[in-house]
Amino acid sequence: MAQTFEEISAADFFYRNRDIAGFTNPARAIFSSMRELIENALDASDLFNVSPDIYIRLSQENETELGEVAVYTLRVEDNGSGIPPRHIPSAFGQVLFGSKYKLKQARGTFGLGGTMAVLYGQITTHKPVYVTSSTGTSKIYRYKLMIDIQRNRPLILDRKIQINKEKWHGTTVEFCLEGDYFRAMPKILEYLKQTALVTPYANITFTDPKGRLYKFTRATTKMPTPPKETLPHPYGVDVEIIQRLTRITPYRNMLDFMKMHFHRVGENTANRFLEFAGISERKNPKKLKPHEIVKLVRMMKRFNGFLPPDAGCLSPLGEELLKAGILKELRPEFVAVFQRKPSTYSGHPFIVETAIAYGGNVPKKDDIPLYRFANRIPLLYDEASDVSVRVIRSINWRRYRVSSETPIIILVHVCSTKVPYKTVGKEFIADRPEVKREILNGIREVARQLQRFLTKQEHVEKERRRLSVFSKYLPKIARFSMELAGKEKPPNIKKLLRTVRKLEKEKD
Amino acid sequence: MRKRKIESSVAEKRKTALTSLENFGTKLYDQMEEGLFPWIKMPSRSIENIFYSQEVRQYILGDKAVRRSSRNIRHIRPLTQLVWAARFAHELAQSRKTSTLRDVYYSAQAYDMSFKNQPESNNIITDLETVAGLSREDFNVFPEERSAIFGDLTIGYTVPGYEGRQLNLASHPDGMMIGPALTSAEFLKTSAKMVIAIEKGGLFTRFIEEQVYRKFNALLVLTAGQSPRATRHFIRRLNGELGLPVHIFTDGDPWGMHIAMVIISGSANAAHLRELTTPDATWSGMWATDIVNYKLPSDPLTSIDIKRLHELQRDPRYRGKLWQREVKKFLKIRKKSEQEAFSRYGLTYIVDKYLPAKLKEAAS
Repeated sequence: MAQTFEEISAADFFYRNRDIAGFTNPARAIFSSMRELIENALDASDLFNVSPDIYIRLSQENETELGEVAVYTLRVEDNGSGIPPRHIPSAFGQVLFGSKYKLKQARGTFGLGGTMAVLYGQITTHKPVYVTSSTGTSKIYRYKLMIDIQRNRPLILDRKIQINKEKWHGTTVEFCLEGDYFRAMPKILEYLKQTALVTPYANITFTDPKGRLYKFTRATTKMPTPPKETLPHPYGVDVEIIQRLTRITPYRNMLDFMKMHFHRVGENTANRFLEFAGISERKNPKKLKPHEIVKLVRMMKRFNGFLPPDAGCLSPLGEELLKAGILKELRPEFVAVFQRKPSTYSGHPFIVETAIAYGGNVPKKDDIPLYRFANRIPLLYDEASDVSVRVIRSINWRRYRVSSETPIIILVHVCSTKVPYKTVGKEFIADRPEVKREILNGIREVARQLQRFLTKQEHVEKERRRLSVFSKYLPKIARFSMELAGKEKPPNIKKLLRTVRKLEKEKD
Repeated sequence: MRKRKIESSVAEKRKTALTSLENFGTKLYDQMEEGLFPWIKMPSRSIENIFYSQEVRQYILGDKAVRRSSRNIRHIRPLTQLVWAARFAHELAQSRKTSTLRDVYYSAQAYDMSFKNQPESNNIITDLETVAGLSREDFNVFPEERSAIFGDLTIGYTVPGYEGRQLNLASHPDGMMIGPALTSAEFLKTSAKMVIAIEKGGLFTRFIEEQVYRKFNALLVLTAGQSPRATRHFIRRLNGELGLPVHIFTDGDPWGMHIAMVIISGSANAAHLRELTTPDATWSGMWATDIVNYKLPSDPLTSIDIKRLHELQRDPRYRGKLWQREVKKFLKIRKKSEQEAFSRYGLTYIVDKYLPAKLKEAAS
């Protein structure tokens, strides 16, 4: 029997393997769809450097009987950069098409999310997606699209152009999908809350299928510094990348090739590296043979003279914004935030930010609750596999005056041009020693701050009790001794009580 | 009946107590007026600061003092309790009402001054005694009464409602309870020539029935075991104010011996107090020697008895010849005997034979 081999398109591949992208079941699918579109919306706003206003509406299309799957319409609106009209069909009708292939930190990384959601909608409801977008020009474009799954191509069913009188910019996406909102609801609400926490400069509004309105209002208009685009670092490249570079490079010798295509490689470093690698400076990169490319990559990994990657391509939230977000969403009594210095793993720069929220509205839990973020998106699934969980478990919390009775929440934000996710589902961070160490040190730092706060608080509490003891007993001594001494008026003890207060202040 | 001009210490004592408490209050008041955290200094009652004084023939406190300042968070509460106790005692003394330690404990609660427990409140009363140098009976705080007196002594009451009324202490054949009213009474007249203190109620009654008080011209005092402070003070007054010699009869064992000793030389617990001892009183029996001489029925000493005897042997109050001799004798014969043991020779033997012999012995 002859076996049939067929080439499958990227869209087809994900259609067949949608589990790995987080579309396992109707509940998970609706969560993932919302999440992908919201993240795209936030990225678009960040790109445009405008405080995001995100509006999400989920409405149910059919009456469901028991056991029947519900169909929803999901609409996500943003006020971001908008998509240039010629890219709209591909952006939503072609898997692995995206603006995020250059090296800089963004929420999405695979160019997969938004289209995956649309693809999932199409295969479950066979209905088109409506995309309306404007980059703030005089025109608004409205597309009605479907995906040709086998060919991984967008099918444009309709296209309308409207006049953009108000210079609106942004994107609106609307499509139908099967899902199970009620099972997904807790995760969705948690996701929105954590997103609002880590995006304190965004207004996020959500109306759910029951018509309930969830509103997360921005606490600040300050936005994190947008990331700069950057070249790949020699430690982080592979054979494929070098091969592609040799094809497109305009440079005719290896020295320029190294200097111009890699991050933090200057004349000196390039010279030293090429000498180390035994490759002539004058060699034409286009003439590198496959085995030479392999050798080049291997030497790049071995050479220890490269400068560590610069973190300018990263956009951490920053201590101020992280704090604002925590105060806004968690309303704790105390918050400690810390941003570690940039670090690298395998040539990829990353920054770890940590925070601890204590008391106030933070509830007491048996286990320490952990909010995980990667490139400013909350990670809600597979917590147990995450490196941060392991780090938290390895810490002796008693040293920081934290017991099972202490109401705390720990937050860990890892941002990187390449977050070390374990899966395409982007749900948990792998156990990289470099990353683990940064997380550990970050958590230790905020834990120390918490410890100082708790110690001080204990001290203040002790002083308060002290003062209350004095204010209870001194007047009594005054009264009893007045009665004993047969005096008419009590002795003046105001001064004494003032002294007690002063003692207290000195100690603070 | 002999009449005697009797000088009373009662009224004076009450005045001293009131003044002492008032001075205490004034001192704290003035400190506060000067803008100081009120504080007091008093002799330490810790075991290292209790010494036996040959001079006054009782335990006294040494030079070590403790300072209690309201500036110290750990001191302010006990200090307040102390001032409250002083004020409470002052009120009692002034209105001439009496109270018990238990009463003190509960009264404090009315002033939002609760004590953790009875020992805490007892301790504060002891502090007050130390500060004022007076015993709690002087502030009208009395323990539960159990001791009694019988004999020809006419007293004049000073307690409110009874002022001027007189009573002869031989008027009731069960004896009179030595309570607050009696303790504060003035001694008016007596025909008695001696005081006989008795450890046990049975013998006390026997002595009354056998008219010992008449035969020997004696006032009979029942200590009912270890005598309360009020009784010790009362015996001292009988000795001091009336000039009566005091003879003490107890069981023939280390415990009885010590009952006599506490009347004579006081206890370490009361080292901060004076005027509770009667140094000239004598222990007249029952001695270990008596057990041998009178061939009394006896029990063997227990290990606890023996341990106690060894303690007493080292006790500075027991340095006297008689005491050392008797302790040794007990340890030698390893026997003890109760006062009732004399009944073996008939109910009146103790009065007819033993007592005269012992009193004669004491006089010689």
